[in-house]
Amino acid sequence: MPLEVNGKTYETDEEGYLANLNDWNEDLAKAMAEADGTTLDENHWEVINFLREYYEEYQIAPAVRVLTKAIGKKLGPDKGNSKYLYELFPYGPAKQACKYAGLPKPTGCV
Amino acid sequence: MADFETPEVKEYLDIPALKRGVMGNSKPFVSKEQFQEPLGFPGELVDNWQQVAVDKLGELLKTNRGLQVFMDSCVKCGACTDKCHYFLGTSDPRNMPVARQDLLRGVYRRYYTLPGKLFPKLVGAMDLTEDLLDQWYSYYHQCSECRRCSVYCPYGIDTAEVTMAARDIMNAVGKGQKYSNEIIGKVFKIGNNLGLPQPALEDTLEGLEEEVKEDTGADVRYPLDEEGAEVLLVTPSADFFAEPHVDGLIGYGKVFHQAGISWTLSSHASEAANFGLFIGSMENMKRIAMRIREAALDLGVKRIVFGECGHAWRVAYSFLNTLAGPFDFLDPRYPVPQHICEVTYDLIQRGALTFDKSANDHRRVTFHDSCNVARASRMGDMPGGQFIIPREIIKAVCNHYYDMPPDTIGEATFCCGGGGGLLTDDLMELRVKGALPRMQALKQVVEENGVTHLAAICAICKSQFSKVLPYYGFQMDQIVSVHQLVSDAIVLGQKQ
Repeated sequence: MPLEVNGKTYETDEEGYLANLNDWNEDLAKAMAEADGTTLDENHWEVINFLREYYEEYQIAPAVRVLTKAIGKKLGPDKGNSKYLYELFPYGPAKQACKYAGLPKPTGCV
Repeated sequence: MADFETPEVKEYLDIPALKRGVMGNSKPFVSKEQFQEPLGFPGELVDNWQQVAVDKLGELLKTNRGLQVFMDSCVKCGACTDKCHYFLGTSDPRNMPVARQDLLRGVYRRYYTLPGKLFPKLVGAMDLTEDLLDQWYSYYHQCSECRRCSVYCPYGIDTAEVTMAARDIMNAVGKGQKYSNEIIGKVFKIGNNLGLPQPALEDTLEGLEEEVKEDTGADVRYPLDEEGAEVLLVTPSADFFAEPHVDGLIGYGKVFHQAGISWTLSSHASEAANFGLFIGSMENMKRIAMRIREAALDLGVKRIVFGECGHAWRVAYSFLNTLAGPFDFLDPRYPVPQHICEVTYDLIQRGALTFDKSANDHRRVTFHDSCNVARASRMGDMPGGQFIIPREIIKAVCNHYYDMPPDTIGEATFCCGGGGGLLTDDLMELRVKGALPRMQALKQVVEENGVTHLAAICAICKSQFSKVLPYYGFQMDQIVSVHQLVSDAIVLGQKQ
């Protein structure tokens, strides 16, 4: 099911994850979030931007402890935990945040 | 949360009134060419799929004598009908194990028995039509290969083997399941189900070392690819990635640290899971298992230990030697392979570990037996060791332990609802409904004993419960790793 944003069409997989990482832009992330009834604020963006940076370096989304540690450093220690991340991304930080960041869905026993 | 109703948890587990075909539309995403080819399967449904399927069934009947017996020996006694968590949770009579098996058995009768060839209608024989193939795809992905029904079958028919055969045939004709096949491809390409490459593993493990240092002050190591270590730990990649899995991994490291055992993880064999089992493919199972042998030889280890992963332990305990043996280069004084629970239990028995059980006093714990450990393997050297050892570990580190009702644990354990290659979001309705019997048993000990946490030794169970517990009014963090409990209670440093 392709995604249409700003008059352009983007290819996605069955669950709406972007097929090509390079297609990603901020408007796409906003559109994906809106479709889920979420408005992205600056805290969401900290997570999304970190995911994209990490992916660029390691070709995989960060493990939960890597993510919580990084977010704790950026947003304060009270936010460096998965409870906070689940408040931001109720469908799970690994899956929902990866989707908005244009990354593939994590696979496996997770 | 989704467009289906979560079943109501009642005081007793009722056998539901039948709702014919209610789960007929439940189907996981079909695999694509890019996920099929690395496994040696056709990229899409082949033109002469019917013939290929019938031939493949014939081949499996010859190579798997068990399958032939399971096809012939069912007497329709009905003992299995109310034993399946998916039947109990969905009310679909096709999820009675016998009815699900009959989707394959009918085809077997049609093409491989004389009465079925001559008088198909009289003996329940069925032509393999496109509609039937669709039903196979739907219902053979509504069996988690947990084998609970087999415990109650007077003929010992192994439903998991029937499901595996059906999935093997579907892969042979090009109708594979995306979830399992994409994952197996990642193991071949990168080394684990998640696709964590070596640098990401290294970064993650360094972070864990820092975290444990901050928490405890101890220099516990989480080594990767260290040649000459005594133990190679093979663990599910979810242990690196997800919660509560990672707290179990932290616990294994603390146990090795405190026991003074040198160990390493391997980036080549950075996955304990073997989804080749789930899709019934011996070739793929072997290729995955060989990576463990290769890593053990490359790193020159003396022992192989498996982390908390249910079906991995089945493959390891029951098949590793056949798939990737002989392991004559390992230390013969230890079992090949060994489970992390056996390692920890032995150390506890020898008095080598000290625990502060009060560290777990905020938890009242029960244990979920994972199906592949419970019904397809053993631990230690006593019958039932796979039930005794994890419980004894928990009791050694926790003051409050309570079992769920006896007909829901041990060899009668109910599947978490997400095993056997079904732990995927496109099967969420099935997963939630299939968790009903376990949730019902959990609710009972929560109400009667004030249980707060469910401990498990399987990555799939842990992820599945994190996801489905909230559907039943529980919290997602009520599921914990057994070695997380160990981790919280273990006293690090010089032994007193």
